[in-house]
Amino acid sequence: MALTREQLAQRVARELQDGYYVNLGIGIPTLVANYVPDGIEVMLQSENGLLGMGPFPTEEEIDADLINAGKQTVTTIKGSSIFDSAESFAMIRGGHVDLTVLGAFEVDVSGNIASWMIPGKLIKGMGGAMDLVAGADNIIVTMTHASKHGESKLLPQCTLPLTGAACIKKVVTDLAYIEIADNKFWLKERAPGVSVDDIIKLTAGELVVPEVVPEMTF
Amino acid sequence: MAGFDKVVNSYEQALDGLEDGMTVLAGGFGLCGIPENLINEIKRKGCRDLTVVSNNCGVDGFGLGILLEDRQIKKMVSSYVGENALFEKQLLAGELEVELTPQGNLAEKMRAGGAGIPAFYTATGFGTPVGDGKEIREFNGRQYILEESITGDFAIVKAWKADRFGNLVFRHTAQNFNPLAATAGKITVVEVEEIVEPGELDPAHVHTPGIYVNRLIQGNFEKRIEQRTVRSA
Repeated sequence: MALTREQLAQRVARELQDGYYVNLGIGIPTLVANYVPDGIEVMLQSENGLLGMGPFPTEEEIDADLINAGKQTVTTIKGSSIFDSAESFAMIRGGHVDLTVLGAFEVDVSGNIASWMIPGKLIKGMGGAMDLVAGADNIIVTMTHASKHGESKLLPQCTLPLTGAACIKKVVTDLAYIEIADNKFWLKERAPGVSVDDIIKLTAGELVVPEVVPEMTF
Repeated sequence: MAGFDKVVNSYEQALDGLEDGMTVLAGGFGLCGIPENLINEIKRKGCRDLTVVSNNCGVDGFGLGILLEDRQIKKMVSSYVGENALFEKQLLAGELEVELTPQGNLAEKMRAGGAGIPAFYTATGFGTPVGDGKEIREFNGRQYILEESITGDFAIVKAWKADRFGNLVFRHTAQNFNPLAATAGKITVVEVEEIVEPGELDPAHVHTPGIYVNRLIQGNFEKRIEQRTVRSA
């Protein structure tokens, strides 16, 4: 079975380490916050200027002056800090954020990512995505392995306009955990009940398959 | 006005001198920390052909979105404009120009503009359409693009508190782009929730020093929430 959105978030959460400052993108990446492993502490960075983002507020706590990058009302945790947008992106662009998790339309064997623009459709903007992928060393992309029409999103070369060039090394899809190195995809883990053949079929870029591909457990 | 006192008494005075074709930098992220009354005044004044630099363009009927209603904006420089149906319509009809700019670049462009730095190199956008046609230079084995900074004829800013000298304090994430816009306007106009006397703000807790501020006015704010999200208590 392909991973659910929650399982995908759960798998990504295993990459969290104690003391990490983490930026989570909108969508599935946001769910990662729900699966921080026991016994470790992470601090969430929101690029509109908040380090130490807490859960959504209660009705009583709602404050129009306190939102996240998705424009949702949020809270702060103890030990949080708030700053302007240039400071926020200095953290991001200066490589101070330990882990960035974001979605994508496509990635390719060179580590290129396309996530912000589909020509011919309305272009809404890249927000902070280009800064995040250019500034972070440790990035995890989460996405479905293929489109609804069965077209692979792991390509020899991205077809859509890029968000960043040669910056992605790890991808967690609903079918597999894959690393990118030496202009190849490297299959590391498969979703429970998903066969290696299924993954090969839906991976358009060159995929290196080891003899044993461990199955994820939840 | 006398000495360092920046307080003006009306929104009309606050935006005196704003003319057709000017560039306006606006603070705010989504609808959080936007100078909503100054935007209303631009609408009332009816200035046209404006270039507006702001992370977003408000929503239909609120924030910068209301300046689209009478087509007052010629060009928008933003990182994300997806919240606004009228924006989409005018963009597709070719009535509105948009320069999509990565959010970190946008912040740094204003910061640099306000600090007298005409341009800077950044890795953001290299190898993407954002880098097309821009100067590229290699430092320590990595490619960077040259981005030019931004200044405006006017900057419109929302802060929480100010003293009469224009020293500003922002509240929570309503800070966002406001301190950056404040530095980069030829004329920086700030609206606040509360004006106090000089000496009442702790000097070490001032976010934006009054040197950047030309005009200051106290207003009332709706503070509309874009995405109201709650957890059960």
